[in-house]
Amino acid sequence: MSTGEKYLAAAYLVVFAAVLLYLVIISLKVSRLERDLAELTELARRRGDG
Amino acid sequence: MSGLAADAAALARKDLLLELRARETLPAMLLFVVTALVVFHFALPADVSDRAAGGLLWVAIVFTALLGLTRAFVAEREQGLLDALVLTPCDRAAIWIGKALAVLAFLVAAEVVALPAYALFFTELDAAAIVGVLLADLGICAVGTLVAAMAVAGRARELLLPLLFLPLAIPIVVGGVGATVGDDPARSLAFLALYDAIFAILCFASFEYVVTE
Amino acid sequence: MSTWSRNSSWAAAVPCAAAALLLLGLGLALFWAPEDADQGISQKIFYVHVPVALTAYAGFGWGAWKALRLLWTGEERYDLESYTAVHMGTIFGVLTLVTGSIWAKVSWGVWWSWSERQLVLFLILFLFYSAYFMLRYSLDPGPRRQRSSAVYALFGVVLIPISFLAIRLAEDLIHPVVFTREGPQMSDSMFTTFCVCLAGMLALAGALYRVELAGKRIDERVRELRELLAAEPVRQHVLTEVRS
Repeated sequence: MSTGEKYLAAAYLVVFAAVLLYLVIISLKVSRLERDLAELTELARRRGDG
Repeated sequence: MSGLAADAAALARKDLLLELRARETLPAMLLFVVTALVVFHFALPADVSDRAAGGLLWVAIVFTALLGLTRAFVAEREQGLLDALVLTPCDRAAIWIGKALAVLAFLVAAEVVALPAYALFFTELDAAAIVGVLLADLGICAVGTLVAAMAVAGRARELLLPLLFLPLAIPIVVGGVGATVGDDPARSLAFLALYDAIFAILCFASFEYVVTE
Repeated sequence: MSTWSRNSSWAAAVPCAAAALLLLGLGLALFWAPEDADQGISQKIFYVHVPVALTAYAGFGWGAWKALRLLWTGEERYDLESYTAVHMGTIFGVLTLVTGSIWAKVSWGVWWSWSERQLVLFLILFLFYSAYFMLRYSLDPGPRRQRSSAVYALFGVVLIPISFLAIRLAEDLIHPVVFTREGPQMSDSMFTTFCVCLAGMLALAGALYRVELAGKRIDERVRELRELLAAEPVRQHVLTEVRS
């Protein structure tokens, strides 16, 4: 691979990596929200019974 | 419109009188700007041109202005006066104009000392440079006052103000340096005038949103 | 009512379009678009660098538009929309700086060049919008923060042309340009490829924007729910909302 090709690949890969990183961050956020919601559902259910 | 002017004048006068009595901000600004110039002398290598020194003058001006701006809303914050001011029947923009005029007065006063000091330590300044300084002062005070009002509502206000202000000040520095050491001062002065006009209008229109709850 | 379910066909279309356009654009850029005579294959960085830059501008512009709507109507929802748009713009802005830096390195052997106007402009904007986030973190949530953020976002878009003029002024009068890169005289195939890549990037930003906005809104509602549950004995309608 020539130098030019290497830098070209680097530029495209950086953008790709950024999108993937974003995906990871959003997935973590969704997991956290799922956990929060489960916790709150439990809280509401206990309140409803108690 | 005369109500606006009268309110603004009254507010500016209040700030100036407060400063006259307290004598905190202006002496600090004067001392700071002269000290900064001396530091620049030691920071520049011997063979550097006048142009480099001209650039550094603008660094000194911008940071001295920041000093003044940081103090601009201090009194208000410390005594909850800003809320009271906002409740007064005057147009919010009058608060902006009044404050900006007060800061402008301090900045010009500091420059009355700084520019001769610069001419003494480095090189003479021509008329274009002086006009540039005045035009830049208008821009600095207009934008700086609004941004100071934003910052004062938050935590870490002394840290936040330079961060908010400096990117907006970059075009002013470019125009100012161009007027001081550039080849075509007229273009730089025109640019500074454009900056002042656009941002003055923007600040005038948006100030009330920044200070009302 | 979540914006997601309200226009669910829309919701699926944007990421699909983004994927399709970006894949097509990548293919065109690598295999179809002609190689530049002077710069060689590295010129093709253009197809990712410029669309990313334009998408960043679009993000800042969209954020300013939503900010204006907030100030005009006072409706709270515009605050999150403006914030998310500015966030998108900043992310793409950073990508612009990185891809631009890579391009500078391969073109001139240096990672940074003050004579690259777009790069310098984005540096200034990056600093400006980073301060936007500092502003938001520094103020407590509420109308004051919403309005100050909105005004600052508006200042940002005004700063874009003014900074550009300033950079040109600086170049002409104080910093003579050392390197220049002639913009490619775009042939039709180059232009087509560029347009596809641009559309793909904009679609990508749009898809990310919607996802992030939905995430922020859900966050808000979960917080609200938490407060409701903590504050008073549970009521029937809260139970139903939580179960659905």
